[in-house]
Amino acid sequence: MESFIEFFSFTNPNVRYVTLGCILLSVSSAVVGSFTFLKKRALVGDAVAHSVLPGVCLAFILSGTKNPVYLIIGAFITAWISLLFIDLVTKRSKIKEDTAISITLSVFFGLGIMLLTMIQHSGNASQSGLDSFLFGKAAALIGTDLYVFGGVAFILLFVVGLFFKEFTLIAFDTHFAQVIGLPVKRIEFVLTTLTVLAVVVGIQAVGVVLMAAMLITPPAAARFWTDSLRKMLVIAACLGAFAGLSGAYISYIAPSMPTGPWIVMVISFIAVLSFLLAPQKGILFKWLKQRKIRQTILEENILKAFFLLGEREKNFYQTLGIERILEKRHFPLGALKKTLPILRFQGYLKKVGNEWQLTQAGFHKGQRVVKLHRLWELYLTEYLHIAPDHVHDDAETIEHIISPEIEKQLEKKLNYPTLDPHQSEIPYR
Amino acid sequence: MDAFWIILSGSLVAVSCGLLGCYLILRKMAMVGDAISHAVLPGIVLAFLISGSRNSFVMLIGAGLIGLLTTFLIEFFHRKAKLQSDASIGLTFTWLFAVGVILISAFAGKVDLDQDCVLYGEIAYVPIDLWITGAGQIMGPRAVYISGSVLLIILLFIKFGYKELFLTTFDPAYATSIGISTTLWHYLLMGAVSLTTVASFEVVGAILVVALMVAPPATAYLLTEDFKKMLAYTAVLGIVVAVLGYYLAWFMNASIAGAMSVVAGILFLAALLLSPKEGIITKMLRNRALRNQTQSI
Repeated sequence: MESFIEFFSFTNPNVRYVTLGCILLSVSSAVVGSFTFLKKRALVGDAVAHSVLPGVCLAFILSGTKNPVYLIIGAFITAWISLLFIDLVTKRSKIKEDTAISITLSVFFGLGIMLLTMIQHSGNASQSGLDSFLFGKAAALIGTDLYVFGGVAFILLFVVGLFFKEFTLIAFDTHFAQVIGLPVKRIEFVLTTLTVLAVVVGIQAVGVVLMAAMLITPPAAARFWTDSLRKMLVIAACLGAFAGLSGAYISYIAPSMPTGPWIVMVISFIAVLSFLLAPQKGILFKWLKQRKIRQTILEENILKAFFLLGEREKNFYQTLGIERILEKRHFPLGALKKTLPILRFQGYLKKVGNEWQLTQAGFHKGQRVVKLHRLWELYLTEYLHIAPDHVHDDAETIEHIISPEIEKQLEKKLNYPTLDPHQSEIPYR
Repeated sequence: MDAFWIILSGSLVAVSCGLLGCYLILRKMAMVGDAISHAVLPGIVLAFLISGSRNSFVMLIGAGLIGLLTTFLIEFFHRKAKLQSDASIGLTFTWLFAVGVILISAFAGKVDLDQDCVLYGEIAYVPIDLWITGAGQIMGPRAVYISGSVLLIILLFIKFGYKELFLTTFDPAYATSIGISTTLWHYLLMGAVSLTTVASFEVVGAILVVALMVAPPATAYLLTEDFKKMLAYTAVLGIVVAVLGYYLAWFMNASIAGAMSVVAGILFLAALLLSPKEGIITKMLRNRALRNQTQSI
């Protein structure tokens, strides 16, 4: 608890730098990453992250100092070359994009490693610390880093705000943007420059490999909570900020723990939870919805079986045992035994001894399903000219879906017919 | 003698990676290979913690299983959660890699693995780590035996599964219709990729494995359209990469693995520009010649 208060009071300047730095980095890469995510070019960020290394090393070899300005310029140049190379390979040869990306990232990274080891072997004393580009040094952020991070974050957010409409357009529909006369190439250039900028700065905090996560994971998680781009950006930024804060906190209470990987751990965990639990799009939600629909279909099919048996025997209110129901239509026995009491509870069935009987409400419900089935069969034969022996399966599914409004339209369009294509009577209420 | 052992183990690794890479790039799964190569890290660390040694069977199995888990997670997020596949790949491997780095930090005292080695390996140490039999006889570097056995496994896998791999790669629908399970062969291939990655890990590290897995096959793919020739070219290119990489590194006084991937990249670039049929420059020259011809008529 003590460390909790100590951490969140931010009295320790070191804590302040690390935490703010992590948050700024996470937020800016989450916002920029959202657009690359929507453009389905998430892995390009990964390639950029790897391609930064040779640029940093070359800048160091040429300038002989670790001045961040030179290093960032170097990083920028090789990152851009790598992007152009991916473009060249995919557009001018039969090599596919995934191969182009992985060749680029591994070869550029290999070049970086070669240069880095060369520098290390050369015995130049001022080289120490260059490898923070490899693994990041989030826990060792200092005041000046913070100004750079803050400045970059400000530029990124400002430019995103400025070009919000244009970015949205090219993220969703490049062709449309082209047609209405937007300078698509230039806007893409701006967006890519922002990505490179976010990567070049972020990589110093979390390292080459994990940089991709900072760009990809927050938007992927946010996408599950909303369909609106604005909200998605805000959610991604908040999730990123939360992960940045947690990473800094964890490495504060357990100093041997690396900050960058923990940021990624937290954000990945949030993303996986979102995949599972988010409303509408989450796996659990979809599963529950599917189960509910399946249950409704089962219930309606049981009532339909009662109705059809009643129609055959000309007695809708006869009592039926489970065997008789199964004779009419196959149901999984367990599901049937479980659903019959549910239908009784809903007031559609009555239990008479060991057998079951339709109630008035159950009769009407079964009747409606059969009516919809036969109306649909007729509609398909009349209007789509499908042979009568081909319409049953389709009607089997649609009978559970048709709403009362469509039901009325169907009745009207077919002019309240009495017989379906198989000469069975269409039961009206 | 050291040079010989280093080049030999480098070639063995490059050939195994390249052969599998041929299938990966044709299945448009190069990034999945990349993901697996990063994601096996926690498997290596865990297996190391359990077995206590580096070159063990447990390590291969542990990391192999994590490799399969990676493939499964990527598919799961993509299929069940409907996450777009590029994001699914990026999320899965960064997550597992983060787990690996955290495990290394948590057990820093117990795990003899450092982060540099994870990323780019240290092939120069290959000749030092010798396999000495119980009788005290020196059999040569251990890495050579490991990468040699992996290459053997890969060769057997491709020889006996050639038809199945070929069909599931080029015509999955037909393969399914004649009763070959595409899922089974998908996972077998991914298992082979994980195994190779783990075995190559110490020699070339997580990221450079990808260079060997993708660049030589892509180069071969630009040179031929015959799949068997592509496999053969890839093997030859792998050996060339190992030899030239070694001397480039010696010349530059730099990491051998890094130099190997630079050579692989240069060869790819050469093929991209100059391949007799597909090269960008060759095509340009051919077009110009054609244009001149039509103009003169």
